[in-house]
Parts: sequence; structure tokens; C-alpha cells
Amino acid sequence: MAVALEKPVETDVAVRLADLHKVFGTGRQAVVALDGIDLAVRPGEFVCLVGASGCGKTTLLNLIAGLEQPTSGKITLTTSRPAVMFQEHALMPWLTVQRNIELPLRLAGVGRAERAAKVEELLSLVRLEGTGRKRPHELSGGMRQRVALARSLASAIQGSADGKHALMLMDEPFSALDAITRDLLQAELLRVWRATGTAVVFVTHDVREAVRLGQRVVLLSSRPGRVVDQWDVDGLTGSDELAAVDTIAAKLREVISSHAAA
Amino acid sequence: MPRLDETTQNEKVTAEASAAEVDGAIGGLDALDAPTSGPQRSRARRISAALLPPIGAAVLFVVVWQAVWATAWLPEHQLPSPSTVFDVFWGLVETGQVWEFLWTSVHRAVIGFVIALGIATPLGLLLARVKLVRAAIGPLVSGLQSLPSVAWVPAAVIWFGLTDTTIYMVVLLGAVPSIANGLVAGIDQIPPILPRVGKVMGAGTLANARHILLPAALPGYLAGMKQGWAFSWRSLMAAELIASSPELGDGLGQFLHNGMSLFDMPMVITGILLILIVGVGIELVVFAPLEKVTLNARGLRKS
Ligand SMILES: Nc1ncnc2c1ncn2[C@@H]1O[C@H](COP(=O)(O)OP(=O)(O)O)[C@@H](O)[C@H]1O
Ligand SMILES: [Mg+2]
Repeated sequence: MAVALEKPVETDVAVRLADLHKVFGTGRQAVVALDGIDLAVRPGEFVCLVGASGCGKTTLLNLIAGLEQPTSGKITLTTSRPAVMFQEHALMPWLTVQRNIELPLRLAGVGRAERAAKVEELLSLVRLEGTGRKRPHELSGGMRQRVALARSLASAIQGSADGKHALMLMDEPFSALDAITRDLLQAELLRVWRATGTAVVFVTHDVREAVRLGQRVVLLSSRPGRVVDQWDVDGLTGSDELAAVDTIAAKLREVISSHAAA
Repeated sequence: MPRLDETTQNEKVTAEASAAEVDGAIGGLDALDAPTSGPQRSRARRISAALLPPIGAAVLFVVVWQAVWATAWLPEHQLPSPSTVFDVFWGLVETGQVWEFLWTSVHRAVIGFVIALGIATPLGLLLARVKLVRAAIGPLVSGLQSLPSVAWVPAAVIWFGLTDTTIYMVVLLGAVPSIANGLVAGIDQIPPILPRVGKVMGAGTLANARHILLPAALPGYLAGMKQGWAFSWRSLMAAELIASSPELGDGLGQFLHNGMSLFDMPMVITGILLILIVGVGIELVVFAPLEKVTLNARGLRKS
């Protein structure tokens, strides 16, 4: 038998969470936001996290993004820096669309010519050719959110330089949009995800959205946040898709009503 | 009667829209949703709309002045005619003396303002980002804003005598609190999400300050600078007026002071007009365009 000389490097995950705990505050006021989360996301996988409001979805993303430190547990990332997209577009109001998108590249010290080429590419990927010189306030809500998507992609691609896996964390990015725009952006996101092959952790409280977008749906319980169940929903269409939505929604209702009793 | 949940169950599932359909729909939505800018007036019309009212008001003022003077309601040495004042003014311009006064005062104000900027900017950053500093001296800095800096003239004269130092001291004490407070207000109103975005994109403390905090705080910072300039100009005039001495050279304040000593009303009015012109001029030439560019870029102002 051959002897493995190299340390086994995990290349089959974009991110792995092992027994992750997060407690806010101490003593009597302590809030256990996350209580032993185990989750692994494969490179290029699209995972949706679903749960009632306040169950710790944002906290989980913040931990992965490094904005907060876990109380205990371990996060293994195989990307140098995950990209984050928030519910608000969070674009810099004083920068043009182009300068907004290239900001993560500038911060990483990428040269001007390379930045310009990347921005062109990303603008056409989110179908915003020709808006590079506009400012965020001149755009509609849906357009701003696509600029934010392009910026996150720039950040994800930068974070996946030197052969690492790209990872995007998205925190209810479409929930502030009207239904028509949301529907179109969901289709856009799927197309962009297929085109770029980045892994996505997508947080939502909309079960329908989760089933439409995700390959896997993970249901979290509230206070403390734990993984209750998960479903493989890859490639479901028609009545299968509807059935999956019903099953997950029923389970979500069950989790929420267990709270009323407690 | 069909039950509601049955209809949902049997509802035909819409197939994923084709890429081309999504394309068209997105384009249409962008065209419908993007905020439209109002009709633009031509440049000439905008300029005349901005210039004509104040010119009209100035003409009206001179006409009323002339009329009041013609009634001889006040003696000539208290209210001279507009043409007498204009003669004094023109005399200053012709002999070139006016440039001397303007240069002496304006260069002092500008130097004072630049030093104030250099002190107030780090002070403002510290006040905004360090809790202890804010708790300790925040109220003092806000309070200083409402203390007229003329009040410092006697102290400054006792400390530094009738020197340039006295003048700069008074100018600084007038401008620094305004600029620092403006910067603090600008930083306070930055949405907290922006520095977080910087952090997830890998910006360290310095990069965050340079690429995010300072540009985001710029509107408040500029407002503070504008007020700081107004305060330094006022304080300078007060200082020159009170602490006037031959060693200090002839600024506008001294000119005004001389007018008072000589009981020369045309000279006094000319002095006031010159001070006003500089104050308004710097505001119009420097701060108004800066502010316009900053606010327009952020969509904070309808032009
Ligand atoms: N900084 C904080 N300090 C104290 N409690 C917090 C903090 N952030 C979040 N929480 C609590 O943690 C729980 C999870 O919050 P969050 O992750 O924002 O939920 P979600 O995004 O799923 O709505 C909530 O009960 C919330 O009150
Ligand atoms: Mg949340």
C-alpha cells in the first residue's frame, strides 16, 4: 500500500462548518444564536438556508465572512475570502457603477487595465452594459442589486485566485425588491451561477425561492439555531418542485409552532 | 365551488423562462424602473436665472439708498451718497491699495484656514471613532462653536502681544470646532453597512478610512469647512479691527478701523463692502461648486 506523504487537503468543500456555536452576551442575557451547526458546501454548490426570522441566518453568514468570531467550533474555508451580498445593495453612493464593481479589485491591488477588463466582463454578465459611468442613484432597485451582484462576483473571483474555490454568501439579497423584479433576478442569478461555477450560500425566508434556486435546502430552527433537516432539490420541476415546497413549508410551520408551545 | 388550496395544487407550473425571455424582460424593466432625470434647462438660462435676481436686488438697494440720501434725512457725514462711496472705492482700486488690503487679509485667512483644517481633521476623526475622546472633549468642542472667537482676542493679545500669532490664534479658535464638528457629523451619518462592506472586501483600518469613511463623510466635512471658512473670516476681521497696530500691516480690518478713527463714513462703508465681497466671493467660487459636485454625485441634490 502506498504511503500518503502529503497532508490530506480537503479539496471537495468550499466551506465546512464543524460544531459551530455562537452566543451573544453573557450570563442571564445570553442569547444562543447558533447551537452546533454542522454543514459542508461543495465547490460550485448552491445551498439555500431557510428559517424563520431571528433564527441566526445572518449570524451564520457573518461568521463565515469573518465579520464575527464563533464562540466555539471551526470554520474551514478553501477560498481566501468569501464574497458577501447583503439585503441592501450597499453600493458606495459617490462611486460610479464601474468604480463600485472594481472596488474589491482595487483593495486587492489589481492593476487598472486588468480591473477595467474584469468590470466590462462582469457588467455584461449581469446585463448592465453601458451603465458603467452611471451612479447608483440613477438606477432602479433591480439594477442596483445587479451591480451589487457584479461587485460580489468580482470579490468572489478575487478570493478564488490561485486555484482556490469561489464562494458567495448572499443574505436575502432580493427580499426588498418587488415580486416581478425578484422573479427576473432569480433567473439571472441562476444563469450567473451556472456561468461562473461559484459556490453559493443563499439565505432566505421564502421557501419557494429556496427550492427554485438551490440544489440543497437547509432548514434552521430558531433560538437556538440548529440544522433541523435538509432536502436535495436539485433539478426539480413541475409538481415535484411544488411538492418539495409544500414539504419544506410544512416542516417550517412545525418548527415555528413548536416555539409557541414552548 | 373549487377550494382555494385545490386550485393552488393544480396550478400549472410555469416552466423556467428561457434566457432570451429573461433578457428582454430585464431590459424592459430597466427602462421602466430607472429614475428619470427632469428636463434640463440650457446653460445660459440657468446662469441668468441664478444671476439676475441678486443683481436686481443690488440695483434696488442702491436706488433706495440714493433716494434716502436725496431726502437729506441724515447728515452727509453719517449717510454719504452711493456715488461718494463709489469714488472712495474706485480711488482704492486705481491706486492699487485695495489689492494690498485684500492680500494682507485674504492670505492670513487662507493660511489660518489651512492650519485649522490640518488640526481639525485628525481631531474630528478621533472624536468620531474613539469613544473616550468623544466623551471627554466632545461637548467642549461643540460648545466652542457657539463661543464667538472675538472673545479670545483679549487673551491672545495678553499672551502673544500685537503679533500675527494673536491673529492666527483667534482664526484657529474660530474655525477648528466647526470643521471638526462637521467631520464628526459626516462620519456619524455613514450607514454602518458601508464600512462592513469594506471589511468583507478585505479593507484594513487605513484602507477603510481612505476608500470608505472619508468619501462617505465628505458632504458633512464640506459643510463643516464652509462654516469654518465663514468663522475664520469673521474672526480675522474682528481680530484685525480690535488688535490693529502698525506692525500688523494693513488688512481690511485695519482699513475699517482707520475709517472709524477718521470719522470717515464713505471709508467705513467701503471697508464693509470689501469684507462682504470677499466672504461671498470665496463661498461662491470655492465652496458652492465643491458642494454641488459632491452632492450631485451622490444624488443628494436636484440640480
Ligand atoms: N449583535 C448581537 N447582539 C445580541 N444578539 C444578537 C446580535 N446579533 C443577532 N442577535 C440575536 O441572534 C439571533 C439571530 O439573529 P440573526 O442572525 O440576525 O437572525 P436572522 O438573520 O435569521 O433573522 C436573534 O435572536 C438576534 O436577536
Ligand atoms: Mg437576517
